[in-house]
Amino acid sequence: MPYTADKPVPPPSSDDLRRRIPGWGADLDPADRPAVPRERFDPGATGAHWELPEQQPQTGPRERSIEHGRLPPVFGTSVPLKGLSGAIRGLAYRRYSEGRAAHWLLLLAADRVDVLESAARSVATPRPDNPITQTGILSEPRRHGWSSRVGRGRADTGHHLIDPVIVGLPWAAAGGAAYAAIRMLRRVVGS
Amino acid sequence: MRAMVYRGPYRVRVEEKPMPRIEHPNDAIIRVTLAAICGSDLHLYHGMMPDTRVGTTFGHEFIGVVHEVGPSVQNLAVGDRVMVPFNVYCGSCYFCARGLYANCHNVNPNATAVGGIYGYSHTCGGYDGGQAEFVRVPFADVGPALIPEWLPDEDAVLLTDALATGYFGAQLGDIREGDTVAVFGAGPVGLYAARSAWLMGAGRVIVIDHIEERLEKARTFAYAETVNFTEHDDVVVHLKRTTGHLGADVAIDAVGAEADGNRTQHITATKLKLQGGSPVALNWAIDGVRKGGTVSVMGAYGPIFSAVKFGDALNKGLTLRMNQCHVKRQWPRLFEHLRNGYFTPSDIVTHRVPLEHIAEAYHMFSAKLDGCIKPLIVPDAG
Repeated sequence: MPYTADKPVPPPSSDDLRRRIPGWGADLDPADRPAVPRERFDPGATGAHWELPEQQPQTGPRERSIEHGRLPPVFGTSVPLKGLSGAIRGLAYRRYSEGRAAHWLLLLAADRVDVLESAARSVATPRPDNPITQTGILSEPRRHGWSSRVGRGRADTGHHLIDPVIVGLPWAAAGGAAYAAIRMLRRVVGS
Repeated sequence: MRAMVYRGPYRVRVEEKPMPRIEHPNDAIIRVTLAAICGSDLHLYHGMMPDTRVGTTFGHEFIGVVHEVGPSVQNLAVGDRVMVPFNVYCGSCYFCARGLYANCHNVNPNATAVGGIYGYSHTCGGYDGGQAEFVRVPFADVGPALIPEWLPDEDAVLLTDALATGYFGAQLGDIREGDTVAVFGAGPVGLYAARSAWLMGAGRVIVIDHIEERLEKARTFAYAETVNFTEHDDVVVHLKRTTGHLGADVAIDAVGAEADGNRTQHITATKLKLQGGSPVALNWAIDGVRKGGTVSVMGAYGPIFSAVKFGDALNKGLTLRMNQCHVKRQWPRLFEHLRNGYFTPSDIVTHRVPLEHIAEAYHMFSAKLDGCIKPLIVPDAG
């Protein structure tokens, strides 16, 4: 018990562990551990042959955290800002630092708007979003969905039921809005 | 080229995208030969990470062949087989000069609190990832390394994040000879952290999870004692009992933002997005470690606040250690361990899925179906 000085449950002997477990103790000496010490000043070790990297050319506006003093030399260009979600994201970056909850909550809100905008935009393409195939849910029988979950004592299966709601809710909302719009249009045309 | 594309929470598909191009003189374009889905990709997939844009390609674990290099690239040539750390980093900023590659200040305009990561939202720099046929790799002279002849591809791809991160997590625990190490989470990072704890001289390694096949892997691959937390009213009390009421000397959180075990925490974090993550495993680690012990956090959390029990950490005098892994720093020593035959990283791989079936792979991994522990993605599987 910890109420006295000795460790209450002594571990197996090191010799026993060394015999049983391949490599036991190979990094016993902290000097052999690559993450020790935490900081090692050695700028020549990285392969960099510049003091400051060349600036990546900018082909359009690039949002950045207001905690940065400049646009960093290199940046990703995967999905530029666009639409309403882009405007919300732009505001989050322009107005709020990373230390403010508003910054992150606006970005999360923009993510949800982005999904709706993108789904709407996809309708005008040869390959609109398909909420069934994109979820991979059709693979459930092949991947033993039932036996992987039921009777296994897993802690996570209860909230699996919420997942289809998260996926389906925006689609249901969009369908409801479309239905309401059609009804309103009919009423206007009919009157 | 064909690439995985995010379409919204729980929805991905494969699309035809433009070929990535050289955008900076030290860029390379890599033809991906093997990739993986990481547990942290699921945070993106579930819509938890702020500024995850529709159209982004995920994937920060990948290896491949150099397809094209920029004019200033000196260390790589077209045709080289390379492994690419998940960190995008410049090698020369204040942080890189000190070996903190994960904290590079020159690659992420969107945030100063996190460096650059391939395919991990605009919060991590806005780079497309490697679950695709081709990917842009910035600072080709710094990050990628040639794959040693003796190293199989499936082991190499696991070194780009999961294995390096697990090994790093065990090091942050500052393990001493005979220590009891509790690892929360028997996913890939937890399994590697548990296996690495022995390298550092642990006396006992206890892995805690709720998925039986993962606990089985913890026993066979990582030689660990295991605890299924669903079999105990209070896993912290159980941990105290098995350690003579002392607690573990070191606790490693290898779960992160989507931890189960407390429904309120899980739903507020993962479904309602009201927290940066569900800190169930982290709180168990804080409460399950002994006073004066060390908690190493390898699980990923979002940038928003989370309900973490800092009062207990303070009162117990804990040391909290954490960071994203500086992957390339770990490689030389891990190469030695693998060459010595201490373990085979790919022993935890359960599924190999063609890129074209990416939606199925994400669903299976996310819902933990079919005994899935680590799925690899094969871009050219036809």
